[in-house]
Amino acid sequence: MNTQPETTAAIDPVIRFIDVTKSFSGLKGRNYVLNKVNFSVPRGMTTVIAGGSGQGKSVTLKLVLGLMQPDSGSIMVDGLDVTRLRGEKLRRLRTKFGVLFQGSALFDSLTVFENVAMPLRERLRLSGPEIEDRVMQTLEQLELVGHENKFPAQLSGGMKKRVGLARALQLDPEIVLFDEPTTGLDPVMTGEIYNLFSRTQSRIGYTAVIVSHDIPRVFDLADRIVLLNKGEVDVFSSPAEIHNSTKPYIREFTEQVLGGVTKSLKQG
Amino acid sequence: MVNRDLYYGDVPKYARPFVLVGNYGMYLLLDLGRMGVFLFYSLIGIFKRPFRFRELLKQLHFIGAGSVAVIFFTALSSGMVLGLQGYYSLNKFGAEGMLGSAVSLTLIMELGPVLTALMVTGRAGSAMCAEIGIMRISEQIDALECMAIDPFRYLISPKFVATLISVPLLTAMFDVVGIFGGYLAGVKLMGVNSGSFFSGMEQSVTNHDINLGVTKSFVFALLVAWVCTGRGYFVQSIRGAGFGAESVSKVTTQAVVISSISVLVFDYLLTAILL
Repeated sequence: MNTQPETTAAIDPVIRFIDVTKSFSGLKGRNYVLNKVNFSVPRGMTTVIAGGSGQGKSVTLKLVLGLMQPDSGSIMVDGLDVTRLRGEKLRRLRTKFGVLFQGSALFDSLTVFENVAMPLRERLRLSGPEIEDRVMQTLEQLELVGHENKFPAQLSGGMKKRVGLARALQLDPEIVLFDEPTTGLDPVMTGEIYNLFSRTQSRIGYTAVIVSHDIPRVFDLADRIVLLNKGEVDVFSSPAEIHNSTKPYIREFTEQVLGGVTKSLKQG
Repeated sequence: MVNRDLYYGDVPKYARPFVLVGNYGMYLLLDLGRMGVFLFYSLIGIFKRPFRFRELLKQLHFIGAGSVAVIFFTALSSGMVLGLQGYYSLNKFGAEGMLGSAVSLTLIMELGPVLTALMVTGRAGSAMCAEIGIMRISEQIDALECMAIDPFRYLISPKFVATLISVPLLTAMFDVVGIFGGYLAGVKLMGVNSGSFFSGMEQSVTNHDINLGVTKSFVFALLVAWVCTGRGYFVQSIRGAGFGAESVSKVTTQAVVISSISVLVFDYLLTAILL
């Protein structure tokens, strides 16, 4: 467990939260979703951000991308403070990221092909045939060939996620953020998305940050787990480490959510 | 953006009305400020490369060509009403010969730019607001930003340019069709002399009057594009709009109302300044 600023000597952090506070005004005053939190995301590894609803998981991703500003603190991405970047500098930093949104965020008026081709068309100066080659290659890897002329409204939830993933990976990002990648999917499709995740990560070698409710399944993929609760953050390196925590809210969490996993760990 | 609203519960009862007024005042300032920044980035986005010609053509087709029928019938009926009303009024003073002048000046300086802007607001402005609002709530604009694509250049600026091109052209069409409507009602129906209708028009309409109409149409186009796209863009930050589909519908209504009122207010201001 680690609530204090981590030493950077042991890990090579690609993302660092330093004393970050983020709050929203509510009927009963300000609601602090992050309260002077410190944690880091190691390069090339998979970090899972977990916590109850409204604990600031998606907000954390938006802060990393500079889509939201914290009340105070710094968020370093590859040595650059996202909170201080604006305009073209922020846009340049975002080229390091690929993002799979909760609702996939596909462009309704564009076909699957056009959605996946968009980052290539807009960011790289490639010819039409080059774009077509790269898009078709990605669609093939994600088993989407034959669907390239369909519109998002004609796709199932799982296919939308795959198209979103294809688009997110199109520019070979260094960091991929997954916002609830399996929400609303059946267990078979969920397994398929995680298989795709594992395959693409081993191929591209990106740093992954996964925000998910799908616990304990998503913990199987995690090299590091960040638990958010009422503005505080606890960092763990495995589900077993979570089980050994003495904090009341984490004990409650392990009993309710990780029951099956921790029991088997105990027995094992 | 940091929300700096005061916590209502901390304030003594007697001071709460001041807090409410103060909060709302701060919100209005914040809203005006972000709309100002939005306008700035939208105008800058027009000159950023790569240009989106295909999107511009699509928007020209939607905002311009798609509004032709609406503008035609609005202009024809407005012109015919002007012709009939003008004849009725002028006939009392035996001045029917001034009908061409009255119809054309009213259309070129006032009704043409104003009614065109209002029609474009209702037909295309509301659609622009709803489209951008839906893109915002479904995270499509966030996705653009995450792909390091400037949403102003990609999404907003083509709509601005298309509106700035379409509205003055539609206004010109409105003027011509409206004058034709006035001619139909005044000359063909009420029997005003055709020669006096056109010579009155020729003698009274000056370049200054036409410039006033053109200036108004550009300003109104900018207002319509700015308000409608801006409200859609900030759909999640607008006080009282709610969430999801409801917020888009409320904000679209708000965009049409603000845009229409702005057109009417600026019509008076421009007339007062430029006439």
